[in-house]
Amino acid sequence: MKGKLSAQFIRRLVLIVLTYGVVQLLISVNIINDYLQATLTTICINIILAVSLNLITGFTGQFSLGHAGFMSIGAYTCALIILKNPTIPHFLLGTLLGALLAALVGFLVGLPTLRLRGDYLAIATLGMAEIIRILFINMDNITNGPRGLSGIPRFVNWTWLFIFTVGTVLLIRNFLNSSHGRACIAIREDEIAAETMGINTTWYKVLAFVIGAFCAGIAGALYASYFYFIKPDIFGFLKSVDILVMVVLGGMGSISGSILAAILLAVISTLLQSFSEIRMILYALILIVIMIFRPQGLLGSKEISLSMFSRLGKFFAFEKEAK
Amino acid sequence: MEQLLQQIVNGISLGSIYALIALGYTMVYGIIKLINFAHCDVYMIGAYVGYVCMAKLGLGFFPSLLASMLVCTLLGVVIEKIAYKPLRNATRITALITAIGVSLFLEYTTMFFAGADVRTYPPMTGFMAKTFKMGDVVISAQQILIAVITVILMVLLQLIVKKTRIGKAMRAVSLDKDAAELMGIDVDSTISFTFALGSALAGAAGILVGVYYNSINPLMGVLPGLKAFVAAVFGGIGIIPGAMLGGYLIGIIEVFVAGFGYSMYRDAVVFAILILILILRPAGLLGKNTGEKV
Amino acid sequence: MPLLKVHKLTKSFGGLTAVLNVGIELKQGELVGLIGPNGAGKTTVFNLLTGVYVPTSGNIILDKDGVQQELQGMKPHRICKAGVARTFQNIRLFKDLTVFDNVRIAMHKNVQYGLLSSFLHLPSYHREEKRINEATMELLKIFKLDGKKDEYAKNLPYGEQRHLEIARALATNPSLLLLDEPAAGMNPAETAQLTELIKWIREKFNLTILLIEHDMSLVMKICERVYVLDYGILIAEGTPDEIRSNKRVIEAYLGEDVGDV
Repeated sequence: MKGKLSAQFIRRLVLIVLTYGVVQLLISVNIINDYLQATLTTICINIILAVSLNLITGFTGQFSLGHAGFMSIGAYTCALIILKNPTIPHFLLGTLLGALLAALVGFLVGLPTLRLRGDYLAIATLGMAEIIRILFINMDNITNGPRGLSGIPRFVNWTWLFIFTVGTVLLIRNFLNSSHGRACIAIREDEIAAETMGINTTWYKVLAFVIGAFCAGIAGALYASYFYFIKPDIFGFLKSVDILVMVVLGGMGSISGSILAAILLAVISTLLQSFSEIRMILYALILIVIMIFRPQGLLGSKEISLSMFSRLGKFFAFEKEAK
Repeated sequence: MEQLLQQIVNGISLGSIYALIALGYTMVYGIIKLINFAHCDVYMIGAYVGYVCMAKLGLGFFPSLLASMLVCTLLGVVIEKIAYKPLRNATRITALITAIGVSLFLEYTTMFFAGADVRTYPPMTGFMAKTFKMGDVVISAQQILIAVITVILMVLLQLIVKKTRIGKAMRAVSLDKDAAELMGIDVDSTISFTFALGSALAGAAGILVGVYYNSINPLMGVLPGLKAFVAAVFGGIGIIPGAMLGGYLIGIIEVFVAGFGYSMYRDAVVFAILILILILRPAGLLGKNTGEKV
Repeated sequence: MPLLKVHKLTKSFGGLTAVLNVGIELKQGELVGLIGPNGAGKTTVFNLLTGVYVPTSGNIILDKDGVQQELQGMKPHRICKAGVARTFQNIRLFKDLTVFDNVRIAMHKNVQYGLLSSFLHLPSYHREEKRINEATMELLKIFKLDGKKDEYAKNLPYGEQRHLEIARALATNPSLLLLDEPAAGMNPAETAQLTELIKWIREKFNLTILLIEHDMSLVMKICERVYVLDYGILIAEGTPDEIRSNKRVIEAYLGEDVGDV
């Protein structure tokens, strides 16, 4: 058992290092050019956002429509810090601080509102994100109001993106594979039963919310320090919807589903970049069609794993035998 | 004092619009427990239909009002049949995302055909352009029109819901869909009718806003839609008089916040009210709290 | 001092009083029944004991190894930690999770590793997970569910779902177990089997059990004492034999056979 586990661990490690190395190589020989790098960045940021919202909505069952609000806190915090001190340590400090601030707001908002259920919570979180956006618009002397901040120094490169993305996904995955994570999942399944089985549901709901907000803060910081420019409207209702769509499209309660959907949506939106209205119309239609015909999303609550492929192989082998 | 009265007059005009939109949200939520995000775009379409009728076809206000309401009624019913009906038994989040999808579809389709630019209603003439002075309080004919039409529509709505067979069916379905079905009520057509009623009111709100504020654009529904939903929650979601009360209150509060010089924060205040009401009294002003049965 | 002492427990919903001045005493190791006609307030008593409802008035005192705790007003998860576990009348399993996870989740309150360890999977995580997994398998074996550990709870047959609920409750390591109609929907053979099982787990886990049941054969066979509730009020208390011949009980159950066991 022990040996098998570590073999699995090594396989994973190899896969992760390989992914990093190959992409880094492609970047250095400029096969992944600036244009593709922007897509790559969007993908990584989307993955962090989708996986962290999945923790809140897909695994803990708390319906949030305000994830972009947390993202904006991370983005503004980091941007303001590195605009003043454009160094890598300050970028890291800004990211950490942005994430912590987002988590703090998540805590303050979550504590009272997480008593609400379903649609009500969705609307409350939507309202919260709108309030944050309006505050950023109005704190003119700090945030430059609706015009936003520009000329933010770029520190984000593939290495940082990779570290933050893989780190976030692994930490959340580990958490979900622990007793604490299972407590969250139990809340989604049946809150009253979970509470009666000794799970402090309020604490775990707030915890999921805070972890999710923290990660969204990281995503925001990465966004600010890659794309040079942020303004409050980037983090509006539509952005929150975008993130939720990734979670639902990939499958609520499936981390690999979220990753898949994050990649898919970033690619689609890059391909359709020059047709902005048609892109939105298509996006809307795809959304409606998927919800009607495959409401559980691409993967449902399942995960893609290496063993899945070997099982698939066995399945086909069995088919042959049967013939 | 005049200042205060003036604010109240302005607040009632704005509140009337919110109330008309909120009624659609509340009725649909009451009957199928769906936050119909597309509702605010039905209101936007209503404004555009009014624009086409008045600016392009040269129709008068009342024929245009009827045309708006009619087109929106049809639109509402079609949306329900195509997008929501297949999801009757789906999870709430699925239905909600579908509604957001429909909303985006309407917004960007309008943008595709009509352009993203702001369009202006033709200037009002005759009685509609008049203003009345009572001391220092100025009331425009448009404000009177908005208030009167809103009240007439609300009275009509109440009559339909309370006095007619289909109104009874609506109330029955919203209490218990399965039981209503067993009692021989045609649930599907009752739900369609609810969408029709709500959409007609949204259409009316759309053209009234066009006349009052003069300018319309494809995304004009988003913020008023959210605030109207807040109004519905404020009054007690699913409760028709609650939506009216909530609409007026939100309108008046918003005008007051702006009147005190915090114009930039008026949207934030509305959302803060929403969060407070959800925490303190989730059932709304006129609602009753109910717990889950174990 | 008894294990559980309920004193003048009352619950009103608005104007409706569901439970009025109910007093119950359970001695360590007892197996006691709570019976009564439909709507008598039995499940409400359970909901009050487990904190799902907050009592309007009255006390609930749990005496565990000489340490007394007042349970009224506590949140359900605290009451669970104090040592009270329950099953639900209308089965509330975690339907979309496996049999294994259903039981494993209930061990949460005794888990000895913190958040940091859960994020980083430190040694304490591996050690504890191993312990939890073994304990879970042990419990599943008792209920003969070990062969189905990877099935979704919702796919189990009805009787096994009831068993799984009991297993899940035991996973919280309770001293007092509340069973809400454990035999509902079972056939006589299954009920007989369940009767033996309940007796056996009481010995094995050193439990005190309070059970609500409509199946009088089960109640009369295994309960040492019985409380009878009607319209939210206790109308009788005694051994099964005393209850069988109690006039008020017969009146309350008019039309239902109490004596015919």
